[in-house]
Amino acid sequence: MTAVQEPKLTTFDDNDQKPVGYGRMLRKEDPRLLRGRGRFTDDVQLPGMLHLAILRSPFAHARIVGIDTSAAEAAPGVRAVVTGAALAEQGLAWMPTLSNDVQAVLATDKVRFQGQEVAFVVADDRYQARDALELIDVEYDVLEPVVDVRKALEPDAPLIRDDLEGKTNNHCFDWETGDKDETDAVFARADVVVSTDVVYPRVHPAPMETCGAVADFDAVEGKLRLWSTTQAPHAHRTLYAIVAGLPEHKIQVIAPDIGGGFGNKVPIYPGYVCAIVASIVTGKPVKWMEDRSENLISTGFARDYIMRGEIAATRDGKILGIRTNVLADHGAFNGTAAPVKYPAGFFGVFTGSYDLEAAYCKMTAVYTNKAPGGVAYACSFRITEAVYLVERIVDTLAYELGMDPAELRLKNFIKPEQFPYTTKTGWVYDSGNYEPTMRLAMDMAGYADLRKEQEVKRANGELMGIGIAFFTEAVGAGPRKNMDILGLGMADGCELRVHPTGKAVVRLSVKTQGQGHETTFAQIVAEEIGIPPADIEVVHGDTDNTPFGLGTYGSRSTPVSGAAAALVARKVRDKAQIIASAMLEVTVADLEWEKGRFQVKGDPGKSVTIQDIAMRAHGAGDLPEGIEGGLEAQICYNPSNLTYPHGAYICVVDIDPGTAQVKVRRFIAVDDCGTRINPMIIEGQVHGGLTDGVGMALMEMIAFDEDGNCLGASLMDYLIPTSLEVPDWETGYTVTPSPHHPIGAKGVGESATVGSPPAIVNAVVDALKPFGVRHADMPLTPSRVWDAMRGQATPPI
Amino acid sequence: MQVPAPFEYERATTVDHAIGLLERLGSSARLVAGGHSLLPMMKLRLANFEYLIDINPLHEELGYIRFTGDEVRVGALTRHRELLESDELAAVFPIFRDAERVIADPVVRNRGTLGGSLCQADPSEDLSAVCTTLGASCVIRGPGGAERVVGMEEFHVGPYETAVGDDEMLIEVRVPVRPAGGSAYEKVERRAGDWAVVSAGAAVWLAGDGTVADARVGLAAVGPNTTGIPEISAALRGNAPAEELYDQAGAIAARSCDPVTDQRGSADYKRHLAHELTRRTLRKAVERARSGH
Repeated sequence: MTAVQEPKLTTFDDNDQKPVGYGRMLRKEDPRLLRGRGRFTDDVQLPGMLHLAILRSPFAHARIVGIDTSAAEAAPGVRAVVTGAALAEQGLAWMPTLSNDVQAVLATDKVRFQGQEVAFVVADDRYQARDALELIDVEYDVLEPVVDVRKALEPDAPLIRDDLEGKTNNHCFDWETGDKDETDAVFARADVVVSTDVVYPRVHPAPMETCGAVADFDAVEGKLRLWSTTQAPHAHRTLYAIVAGLPEHKIQVIAPDIGGGFGNKVPIYPGYVCAIVASIVTGKPVKWMEDRSENLISTGFARDYIMRGEIAATRDGKILGIRTNVLADHGAFNGTAAPVKYPAGFFGVFTGSYDLEAAYCKMTAVYTNKAPGGVAYACSFRITEAVYLVERIVDTLAYELGMDPAELRLKNFIKPEQFPYTTKTGWVYDSGNYEPTMRLAMDMAGYADLRKEQEVKRANGELMGIGIAFFTEAVGAGPRKNMDILGLGMADGCELRVHPTGKAVVRLSVKTQGQGHETTFAQIVAEEIGIPPADIEVVHGDTDNTPFGLGTYGSRSTPVSGAAAALVARKVRDKAQIIASAMLEVTVADLEWEKGRFQVKGDPGKSVTIQDIAMRAHGAGDLPEGIEGGLEAQICYNPSNLTYPHGAYICVVDIDPGTAQVKVRRFIAVDDCGTRINPMIIEGQVHGGLTDGVGMALMEMIAFDEDGNCLGASLMDYLIPTSLEVPDWETGYTVTPSPHHPIGAKGVGESATVGSPPAIVNAVVDALKPFGVRHADMPLTPSRVWDAMRGQATPPI
Repeated sequence: MQVPAPFEYERATTVDHAIGLLERLGSSARLVAGGHSLLPMMKLRLANFEYLIDINPLHEELGYIRFTGDEVRVGALTRHRELLESDELAAVFPIFRDAERVIADPVVRNRGTLGGSLCQADPSEDLSAVCTTLGASCVIRGPGGAERVVGMEEFHVGPYETAVGDDEMLIEVRVPVRPAGGSAYEKVERRAGDWAVVSAGAAVWLAGDGTVADARVGLAAVGPNTTGIPEISAALRGNAPAEELYDQAGAIAARSCDPVTDQRGSADYKRHLAHELTRRTLRKAVERARSGH
């Protein structure tokens, strides 16, 4: 069943309702963060700590002829200068990527993208380290770079990956999904086929905090402590054990406060490994913090898909099939964070929220002389690209048919009774009820009135556009049998201890980067065992003090670890019930749970609180036969399926016909993420994601010149939006719980980033309808919009 | 954290102290006021100076907006924020407030200065376009208190290059005040606080019969320096303000400028904007001249 929210304005004075469980409450982590008492990796100061700086390649493609480090070694304060050749002697010059490719820690043979790591300096302070970089003399033999992804597979294209044995071209992988023949047949009998070339340009997560690490190797203990900016501390620990050959029980990875991740902090970067090596070599703690330019030019980008989308339908608007061909730019090394069986992530959900007869995708991925990656950036494993494609081509179909895009979507939605619904690419959507979500968004927007307003404005030569996007995401990976990172199954542990006085500690394998885990997970546990969130401490981000699990990305924390937290709390509650039965001298079956207490059925005056039970569990008195002391439990949760949140977004834009500047006037976002734990946090996640979407739709792009120089190496060149580019967000919700999730929650972290770009682009294209524009690629800067108005829209790459 | 190469730093206590230091240290030294362009360039190591001479202590001496009747004299260390907030300045030259509203953000405006903006000589810089539009002149002081006054056209000698010598300092900008004037500024940017894709300033002075006595247009980001276009002034003078006239001026602006294609936009688009923004600012400047602003 789907509950539909009554539209109302959000007010902020009811944000702290002090719930014992779900509800609006202020974030427990905020007093620390707002008062400047957060502790980020760069705040870590250890006695005798040294500083590391990395020399990077100025060229996109060049052979290293020689490196002279003597002047740098003689510079003041310098303790060590290390090159790829030195690492190679230890077998550490290369490391595995998250997609079973290899990546150079420091280049030995040649550099393959501008910004690639070539050498590092360790010095007494960060200034000395940085100054000494200028004294390293590298002789390069510059090679022709592969910059244009469309030419990467041409026979005469320069070979990038000559390090891979037998490699003769820049081909990375092929992938396909769906049924080609069936899809071709459906297209052959369709009344209408619309084909559109769509580019999702390379963008960068650009978290406020850049990446960095402090490595502290204790040669006596043989123990490595690593503070680092990681969204997945446990996965990183295992990978360090494999890469560096260190015993896993002697590695402690600590992710302290993190200033934004968005997928950028999922991979292991060469800098982390360099810091570890430096600490082992010098015997001192070593800090490495990259600067803004390093973050933008060398760490995991996102997207970079060139897509041809084809959609087939009947004349009356029944969508029959979708066919797509994708060229994916993976940069110099395939560093995509994706489960092994899913090299294109979850792009297979490009069938969207629609009931189709057939679908097919063929993808070719290539290497280019650009930074490696293909990480998330709030994309739930390529769902951003998939949703953008389908929502864009559905709009082109509406244009072709002369149908209202809202009506076309409503006509083709998967119906509530069809769930669980298996798509033509094999994804099993757990639950959904799309029409009420869409209708709510249309009501909030005043859709019919907006269309009337648009008609009047068009008659006056004003450019107003209304864009719709409806998305279904697949989040919360695993199950572990299908989904892994380098063989590590995507499941997550959770441990709960209730102390004698009834205060609790819950330990998680996932790690917040700003999502509010310390609040949300306390609320999940509170809902189950009735201890107020204020009395529940959330411990995370420290591999020595938390159970194993795969970490936070792909909106998986609530779907996976949230389930673990609820189940571990239920386990504790079950034990509490047995103890309560002894305390009240009744049978377990005679007890009923009233949040926070067990009471005797029919005699509610006779009860014990969870706090009473906790004291008894640790006390000197007798416990029931076979019950151990203490009140704690641990589990590892392996999800049986992904969860599939959905949402309806409507965007209204105005375009200045003289300057082609786009103004986002209104944005209505109705999300259905199943059970809502803390609506305030959900709204915050949605606001952030929508802002991200404005950035990608209107201004963000990592561009390269013909020599492979990155043109987005600072935040003056790589634009991210400010509060002045965004409207007051209008958010709403429906609730369709996940049937297989213990509390019905689906995850929401990336929904808005996935759903907003197509809504904005659809609105801009709609505004440009008087010019006959059917499609225009992001980023829709004024210059590019002006091109589109003159019928000269071009792809950005 | 991006860190600059090593440099030495000294705070100047008077204008002559600053000039004395410049005289001694030559081209290895640089004055720093707001520092919003210089420091990022040093952190990126695109600019490396051995010495920085901090002139912020001179704000008392060089931070002012004075009205002499036929001139407005603005001290080189006057902050953006002071230009933005001055009602007296906005009454005479509303173009300053128009421009300041779209320059960077409040944090930058709190520290950045008029002199720093002009001396950076960025082709996309807004106050340079404003001063070009208004036909301002720059007072440059050298060793021994020697002062010379140069017009905006001579002040900027190329991108990031000015007429200020190694041992000299811009101390004041003088803007002539003429009766029945109006002015306006418009900027197209990709994002709030970004550099201009193109911006245009216009100033118009009306004769008693309502025709244009004189007019000036200044453009930013469409050439090596902010450009004033004499041909536009000539085309406007003596004519009654009208849409066709603005359009004609815009067409001159478009063909007189010299934009390049870059990340901010194509050369064609920038030419189009030169046209469009020239029309818009002229229209607004005339409205303001008529209404007494």
